[in-house]
Amino acid sequence: MKYSSEYRDPQLAKALVAAIARNVEGFDGQMTLMEVCGTHTMSIYQHGIRSLLPTQVRLISGPGCPVCVTPITYVDQAVAYARRPATIVATFGDMIRVPGSTSNLLREKAKGADVRIVYSPLDAVAIAEKNPDTAVVFLGVGFETTAPTIGGSLLEVERRGLSNFFVLCAHKTMPAPMIALTSDPELKVDGYICPAHVSAVIGSDAYRPLAEQYGIPCVVTGFEPVDMLRGIQLLVKQVVAGEARVECEYSRIVKPQGNLKAQTILARVFEPCDAEWRGIGSIPASGLQLRAEYQKFNALSALPVEVEEAKEHRGCLCGEILKGKVTPKQCPLFREACTPEHPIGACMVSSEGTCSAEYKYGG
Amino acid sequence: MCLAVPMMIAEITEGLAICEVDGVRREASLMMLEDAAVGDYVLIHAGFAIERIDPEEAEKTLAVFREVLDAGGGVEL
Amino acid sequence: MKNDIILLGHGSGGKLSHQLLDELIIPILSQVAQSEQNDAAVLEGITSSRIAFTTDSYVVDPIFFPGGNIGDLAVNGTVNDLAMSGARPLALSVGLILEEGLKFSELREILTAMKAAADKARVKIVTGDTKVVPRGKGDKIFINTSGVGVFDHDLKPAGNAAKRGDKVLINGSIGDHGMAVLASREGLDLQSEIVSDSAPLNALVAKLLAEYGAAIHVLRDPTRGGVATTLKEIALQSGVDICLNETTLPVNATVAGACAILGLDPLFVANEGKLLVLVAAEVADAVLVTMQGCEFGEQAAIIGEVTDVSGGRVMMRTAIGGLRAIEMLAGEQLPRIC
Repeated sequence: MKYSSEYRDPQLAKALVAAIARNVEGFDGQMTLMEVCGTHTMSIYQHGIRSLLPTQVRLISGPGCPVCVTPITYVDQAVAYARRPATIVATFGDMIRVPGSTSNLLREKAKGADVRIVYSPLDAVAIAEKNPDTAVVFLGVGFETTAPTIGGSLLEVERRGLSNFFVLCAHKTMPAPMIALTSDPELKVDGYICPAHVSAVIGSDAYRPLAEQYGIPCVVTGFEPVDMLRGIQLLVKQVVAGEARVECEYSRIVKPQGNLKAQTILARVFEPCDAEWRGIGSIPASGLQLRAEYQKFNALSALPVEVEEAKEHRGCLCGEILKGKVTPKQCPLFREACTPEHPIGACMVSSEGTCSAEYKYGG
Repeated sequence: MCLAVPMMIAEITEGLAICEVDGVRREASLMMLEDAAVGDYVLIHAGFAIERIDPEEAEKTLAVFREVLDAGGGVEL
Repeated sequence: MKNDIILLGHGSGGKLSHQLLDELIIPILSQVAQSEQNDAAVLEGITSSRIAFTTDSYVVDPIFFPGGNIGDLAVNGTVNDLAMSGARPLALSVGLILEEGLKFSELREILTAMKAAADKARVKIVTGDTKVVPRGKGDKIFINTSGVGVFDHDLKPAGNAAKRGDKVLINGSIGDHGMAVLASREGLDLQSEIVSDSAPLNALVAKLLAEYGAAIHVLRDPTRGGVATTLKEIALQSGVDICLNETTLPVNATVAGACAILGLDPLFVANEGKLLVLVAAEVADAVLVTMQGCEFGEQAAIIGEVTDVSGGRVMMRTAIGGLRAIEMLAGEQLPRIC
């Protein structure tokens, strides 16, 4: 794969591992680097990157898996739509196993609900076009990478004049929770591995407040092993030197100002709102809601459903894990009550969730 | 959080592209890109091209590493 | 009225059933003359003191996919299950569950593929059964195949026989079947040249056992759950640790591309013409050469080894030199965006 394979070169990776080791020579503390993107979490496990790093460098996972940070109420709403007559729930595969208070979409599907997994929200639009008498509710989750694809799909729905396509909207936006975590006194993050594809949309300049006002080094990096290691190395160098600035290792994709056209779509369809992060709580201006003129596509107001009362599982430490305060192995449910087959917390259910990745690749 | 794959634009019709990687083809919307052209490499996420891949920047990143390797790891990264 | 789709009456046991059997199924699948048809097939001349017996049901969707269909899949699958025990597959039964409305033309194509697969694997289809379920109660066609095989030797390759130092071999690229099926499934709209690897492996196994005998410790076909799940099973059954080497793992570029798009890991994707062989280290290179000289073994590779005798762990040395653990597939792998 062009633009992927080159960045998997073992020779380059080894050189970077050696460089990181050189960079921390004489650094006798421990530095904590947080990746806030679930795909980074996956990549770290998948390539065994932790096993290559010196003891002074600790990697922890932050709240960057959209499935994991989606509140349980949202899953309960999705379940309610799945139970609604003459309704198709269309979703990315990621959401299908997420546990709600008493059920999940896979279970509802088994009981007869019409739940369809799509690769693109445009596929869901096509389903709506083919089934004009059925309401299609698309589960709009994801960060700034994914939100414009839902925004773009709504523009397409408008263009095609469809009146049976709705979005259950729970989009989140990125720098806000990173700043929120920074002000948590219990949590000490020495550097952020900034999300790659979110940054393609919002641009690497979005992290400048983190570096400039909060003094935390930020590096935007890609997902291939060489990208990952280079990103970690750049962070290590900043931490050792006591510097804090935004660097971009992923310049083949990410520009300082991001993708303006995608930002225009976002601004046209959505507006910022306060958002609830599972396990973390409400963070001001960290979510996206449909603008007034697109409210007709808002499933919650256009197709009201009754939703059961939310019940979180006791003992689940997902919230602490999402904040990077504890590791999956420190959760009493991990590998015991909570496994990928029977996930209790959201971090286990999403394949890119910290617990799932630890279970699958951690050993 | 966001899986995306570099693919090459093989065909374009009315804002929709057929994109290809290693013999796999998939339709993707070009709504988020200015002036995408056949032959461009783009990053595909959920059926949308979210950004163009800059070949010069890609080469520049790799060139830094190669220099280090050629120098036997002696040059500081 | 044209006789072109399956009707409920085709399963009634009456005249229509006989017509279906005599005009379509038996002429394609079996050489048994009508006058010789009885309630059970009788297998004669078996002298083996051990017999292998297995069964498997096939419910694949779609029923036609690049590289095969549900028919040859059902034959190859059961042939391979027998072969993995070290047996020589001898005879199969075929249970067809047809959904009302299935096209005769499709059934004919499936049966023809079954016959071709049976011929290729040198097994006979000796008995069978056909039922029809009302429309909506099935999914076009389900097939069950059972098979018996005999042993031409005293060898007992088994999942619990892996030993420290054993090398792990595979006969070719991983994930082809699962991705061929997934890519042709409605809704994902992926176009690719990925072809299922569905194939009979009994000839390859027979050759390995004849040439290397007791040095062949484990034979397993990594079907559902993929190579990762099967190796984990072997590690647990044998009480050993296995370490894979990512750089030697054969994956077709197209399969890797499709997996990258959908967010899947080829290690967990199903195969239908692959086998994992764990052999004593001293014969590993020779076994590799033998496999590469066989049909369906051309792309064979040594992909790992048994490193220890304790944990039941499977690890992988990644291409960049890292170490990661491999677990069993949990639930179905679903296309994802994250």
